[in-house]
Amino acid sequence: MTTLVERKLTTQKAIAEAIAQEMERDDRVLVMGEDIGVYGGIFGATEGLLDRFGPDRVIDTPISETGFIGAAVGAALHGLRPIAELMFVDFFGVCMDQIYNHMAKIHYFSGGAISVPMVLTTAVGGGYSDAGQHSQTLWGTFAHLPGMKVVIPSNPYDAKGLMISAIRDDNPVLYMFHKGVLGLGWMTHNPRATGSVPEEAYTVPLGEAAVAREGTDVTIATVGLSVHRALDAADLLAGDGISAEVLDLRTLVPLDKTALADSVRKTHRLLVVDEDYRSFGMTAEVAMTAIEEAFDHLDAAPARLAVPDVPIPYSRPLEQFVLPDPESIAASATSLIRG
Amino acid sequence: MAIPKEHLVAMCSTMFKIRYFEEQIRQIYTEGKSPVFDIAAGTIPGEMHLAAGQEPVAVGVMPHLQPGDAITATHRPHHVAIAQGVDLNEMTAEIFGKSTGLGKGKGGHMHLFSTDPSFGCSGIIAEGMPTACGAGLAFKRLGQNNVAISFFGEGAANQGAFHESLNLAALWELPVVFICEDNAFAISVPKTASTAIADNSDRASAYGIPGVLVTDNDPVAVYEVAGEAIRRARAGEGPSLIEVKTDRLWGHFEGDADAYRADDFKQAMLDRDPIQTFPQRLVEEGLLTESEVERLRAEATEQVDAAIEFARSSPFPEPEDALLHVFA
Repeated sequence: MTTLVERKLTTQKAIAEAIAQEMERDDRVLVMGEDIGVYGGIFGATEGLLDRFGPDRVIDTPISETGFIGAAVGAALHGLRPIAELMFVDFFGVCMDQIYNHMAKIHYFSGGAISVPMVLTTAVGGGYSDAGQHSQTLWGTFAHLPGMKVVIPSNPYDAKGLMISAIRDDNPVLYMFHKGVLGLGWMTHNPRATGSVPEEAYTVPLGEAAVAREGTDVTIATVGLSVHRALDAADLLAGDGISAEVLDLRTLVPLDKTALADSVRKTHRLLVVDEDYRSFGMTAEVAMTAIEEAFDHLDAAPARLAVPDVPIPYSRPLEQFVLPDPESIAASATSLIRG
Repeated sequence: MAIPKEHLVAMCSTMFKIRYFEEQIRQIYTEGKSPVFDIAAGTIPGEMHLAAGQEPVAVGVMPHLQPGDAITATHRPHHVAIAQGVDLNEMTAEIFGKSTGLGKGKGGHMHLFSTDPSFGCSGIIAEGMPTACGAGLAFKRLGQNNVAISFFGEGAANQGAFHESLNLAALWELPVVFICEDNAFAISVPKTASTAIADNSDRASAYGIPGVLVTDNDPVAVYEVAGEAIRRARAGEGPSLIEVKTDRLWGHFEGDADAYRADDFKQAMLDRDPIQTFPQRLVEEGLLTESEVERLRAEATEQVDAAIEFARSSPFPEPEDALLHVFA
């Protein structure tokens, strides 16, 4: 397709556009959640949908996550393709049973006879002093549990294509958007939160990582806002003569082992960066996968940088200390290369 | 209410089928578990929650169902599944862990799922209720004249999911009927020690929906109350809550010593066992003859025996089939 002027959207608008286009295409798609109607979603993911599709398909729910996420599961079992929004992933404690004992397991329990085609969207991430119950990413927790795909877009183009893929997927998909990549006016300005997004519907397949920046000396594998941080780190490293490749995993389930192994075969070093907790999480899983897939190509043990095993603190210096940033990523990469 | 004879016959026949099924499962469950009881051993491993005594709650609802209606049930699901007409062979095979089971051996007796009829159950207390709301939402959205029925125990009525589901269903006027099987004990804890009010049906008023108490463990009483609730739901008049005082004749699970219930309590249950009283009443009222009752009993026995034979003779899944069906 040729366009004279590239159309730019924020990630938030790209998500809302993807949902709108799928609702237009497929009458079975509906959206439900807290403040997703009149408000348009606290993070704007459902902006404009109520006016366009009406309250039968864009349903503001009570603060009742077990109730409405369970209702989404039941609706998915009976012919609809619901999108339910869990406002902050941190709220999973009040509804996890529906998510992991029902949404994620019914297909398996039925021996493959029954599908649960639904998307659970949720906002993740910190960096803006919202403290320990509104700032976590927690994707490692969900990726650990079998039966749901886990999608984490880092930019507007991927956000739209991944959302369309998620809605069309016959499996439960957890779609986790980082508040820092959405391009919201009330969050810290992030130039990478705005980008070219084709107007027509398109898909980005679930399970394919993307090389966000090519490099030869070290692979920095990560997701979400940390992709942006890693790209900034790569600029710093370049000034130091180090060529870093940034691998945006895009989905943790499925994990693109091939892309990870290909990158490690090229750079021979792996740094995994994660805004989730350090222990028993994504960094260990990705590093171990690289070892399993490409051990002979590694010149050093994989390294990792993640949130130390503390809750996300409130006070700005405390929070900034525990989150990966370009400087700490660059320092970790340098240490990995130069010892 | 004049109940059509075929409904009375169907209820009686289904009660026989359920009771005989539960008796057979109870017996087979002991295979391979003696002299030392090992829950993992035998023809049927794992926990086993049987519903003998609770048949009236299930069979009283079923004559009102139509194709496409959905049911969610609990960790004690057999009576409801059988009454709804879930394939008995496949259900039994699932309980035996066989490849011919409803879930190809993936789910077991607490996780039975069927598409036609639409049946699902959950081993997590009260958590089948939100999915019933979702079924109701789908029926409403898709313009299907169907209802969703959610069965749960009286112990579930203190869970958040119970209250969230009642609120959602009432708020959205969903075609859902909530049926509380009050067998008076949540495992060992009596309702009097768990619940601030005597009757959960009273809780319906908190959500502005009808709440009806059925005090007798009687298929006809359930039939009448459920009929009205299902009629309302199907007519777009919204959800209802029904509580039925029923009896769990045996322990919470097989192997439960059941020492927490007094002997006279247990004896009273046996004395009013609906598997005796209901057929007797049909005979006394001249609706069925003794020989018709015996024929129904024999037919039920035959069907269950065939299902058990099917399950026994079916192959186990291949071990590596454990890796299948995580994703569609």
